[in-house]
Amino acid sequence: MWAFIKKEFLYIFRDYRTMIILFGMPLVQIMLFGFAITNDINNAHIAVLDNSKDVVTREITQKLLSSHYFILDRYLKSYQEIKPAFRRGEIKEVVVFQNDFAKKIKTEGKAHIQLILDASDPNTANILDAYTKGIINTYVFHNLLQGRKIPLHINVQSTMLYNQELKSVFMFVPGIITVILMLISAMMTSITIVREKELGTMEALLVSPVKPAIIIIGKVVPYVVLSFINLVIILLLSQFVFGMPIRGSAPLLLAESLLFLIMSLSLGILISTASKTQQQAMMLSMFVLMLPTILLSGFIFPIENMPLALRLLSDIMPGKWFIIIIKNIMLKGVGIAYFWKETLIILGMTIVFVVMSIKRFNIRLDE
Amino acid sequence: MRTIRYILQKEFIQIFRDKSMLPIIILIPVLQLLVLSYTATFEIKNIRLVVVDHDHSTDSRNLINKFSGSRFYKYLGEESSYKQAENDIAAGKTDQVLVIEPDFEKKLITEGNASVQVVTDAINGSAASLMAAYAVSIIQGFNENIVVHKSPLHYHGLPVDISSLFWYNPELNYITYMVPGILVLLITIIAMFLSSMNIVKEKELSTIEQLNVTPIHKLEFIAGKLIPFWIIAMVDLVIGLLLARFWFGIIIVGSPLLLLSVAAVYLVLVLALGLFVSSLTETMQQAMFISWFVLVIFILMSGLFTPIESMPVWAQQLDKFNPLAYFVKINRMIMLKGAVFNDFRKDFFILAGYAAAMLTFSILKYRKTSG
Repeated sequence: MWAFIKKEFLYIFRDYRTMIILFGMPLVQIMLFGFAITNDINNAHIAVLDNSKDVVTREITQKLLSSHYFILDRYLKSYQEIKPAFRRGEIKEVVVFQNDFAKKIKTEGKAHIQLILDASDPNTANILDAYTKGIINTYVFHNLLQGRKIPLHINVQSTMLYNQELKSVFMFVPGIITVILMLISAMMTSITIVREKELGTMEALLVSPVKPAIIIIGKVVPYVVLSFINLVIILLLSQFVFGMPIRGSAPLLLAESLLFLIMSLSLGILISTASKTQQQAMMLSMFVLMLPTILLSGFIFPIENMPLALRLLSDIMPGKWFIIIIKNIMLKGVGIAYFWKETLIILGMTIVFVVMSIKRFNIRLDE
Repeated sequence: MRTIRYILQKEFIQIFRDKSMLPIIILIPVLQLLVLSYTATFEIKNIRLVVVDHDHSTDSRNLINKFSGSRFYKYLGEESSYKQAENDIAAGKTDQVLVIEPDFEKKLITEGNASVQVVTDAINGSAASLMAAYAVSIIQGFNENIVVHKSPLHYHGLPVDISSLFWYNPELNYITYMVPGILVLLITIIAMFLSSMNIVKEKELSTIEQLNVTPIHKLEFIAGKLIPFWIIAMVDLVIGLLLARFWFGIIIVGSPLLLLSVAAVYLVLVLALGLFVSSLTETMQQAMFISWFVLVIFILMSGLFTPIESMPVWAQQLDKFNPLAYFVKINRMIMLKGAVFNDFRKDFFILAGYAAAMLTFSILKYRKTSG
């Protein structure tokens, strides 16, 4: 058996292009998600159409620009300039001050600000709208109430659990781990097994006195090792570069990962029994495993907001359950009592896949 | 010219003969557009809320009603202690907890000051900041109501009132925003995979040698290879646009013809990239992995899912080399805002220059010899 495992390792290491992808992909992804890809809004370009140009409007503009959310792109002179600026995509928001702004506050007790947002990107528009209103309202509370204090006031204390600095990497690391484990174990095993079939070397192995189970184990062990190395690299990176903690038990995390690995491997073996050529195995893993895992597991997009049909579909994605488990251990720091159900689901899936692939494997041998 | 026509004929026969190719070419783009458009949403609605009400007064109940009446919230009920509510968050049963302090109503009336606590599950940071903002705005609204109600003489509202106009997408529909971007994604994937795999396939099957010894000119060969994929990708784009219009009901504000012309240039660039990949690799597996690697990076950084402005400066500089970033931007400008050529002239010329350079480079790199 050791000879088998060694052979398989040699085979993997010889193909350096695939090795680069195997170890390069997680690194690049985690760097991208950690440093570059974020939903936070920073430095949004805005324009100001100030019809009043008095002390108050200048102060409000100043307040907006001194937050890191906004950068002043330009002052507009008229309404007509708004449309072309939006169309060229140069600005995201225009703040319009009514004329005689300060005067109106004094005499009529009310002045008007209009925000015009480029809502072709609804998410950004929504957030910018909330930020702008928040900043202006704070300014008004502190500077413009002039003794007309609000008689009743409710304080809101807002607490952010698990992720006080709202780092987006906390959201993405569990997903990356899942996708990488899936990729290496399911996709790579299915392709290597099918390759032996395609080249006809599988038959040679099967007629040898070695038991089929040992052949499969020999194939699978190198990928378990590779996946584990990758997992540890990702965990170390996320901890030391991005400050993502492991609040729960690390051994438990590794044990659950091992379970998920075995599940993916059995899925990979199942795919290999279902396909005849490497290309088929690749296409199957790509469209049946990778894309749904990325899209329907809560990796990037929250599942709760999807239509019912897709939510039901997400329930049969093993990745979804594993991501819940990782988040529970790493971020919430809770024990198995909180995710025994998810663990059981993955265990159940593993058993189903193993039984199915053994059945199919035997049928193939009988032929 | 006649030679090219024969090569084209041969390529088309080959593409349509392979039964597994047709579904990939037609079905997968359609499925992708449908599924991705519904999944790729950052919209926040139905925030699950649990309340710990230590006061049980009329005011605290009114505040809870404000939340349960909001279209953003799904009110799940009360817990008797904060510990239990926090447990609900840990178990993933709720997203947010509102804690109302004891004597909330009494304090509000006698001292004019009372407090509530909002606790949000912040693992998804950007969603959490929006959820917290929604809670604060509902509480502020309640605050103003109660002031107007209880002491109408003292209060005339805030001296500055703010109204918002959401242009181009007043209902803040996320699908409207995603579909134009996903269209780009879909023709890119098709064009890139088809072109990068095709020549490698001839290499793997050794049929490339037969083509190499024929008197076909290098340029004719490449044109014959790329034109069919160009046509397929354009057909996919048209199908996608029709779906966008008639399935998703998105009104294309700008000119569809302008969009197709930009796409025509963009596709040359993608096909040239695919050609380049195929000249680097020996097997289909390698070609597939490399295309995938490159595409994932291009896609994630293209501004399709997350805004480019939010990325750090170095990443924005890198994006100057990302063809997807240009086309996603242009496509959204045309489809959603009705941009005309002048609005994105500079981006277009960069894209065109890039395409010309890449095509020349891949043609030079391609040799009619093997080994």
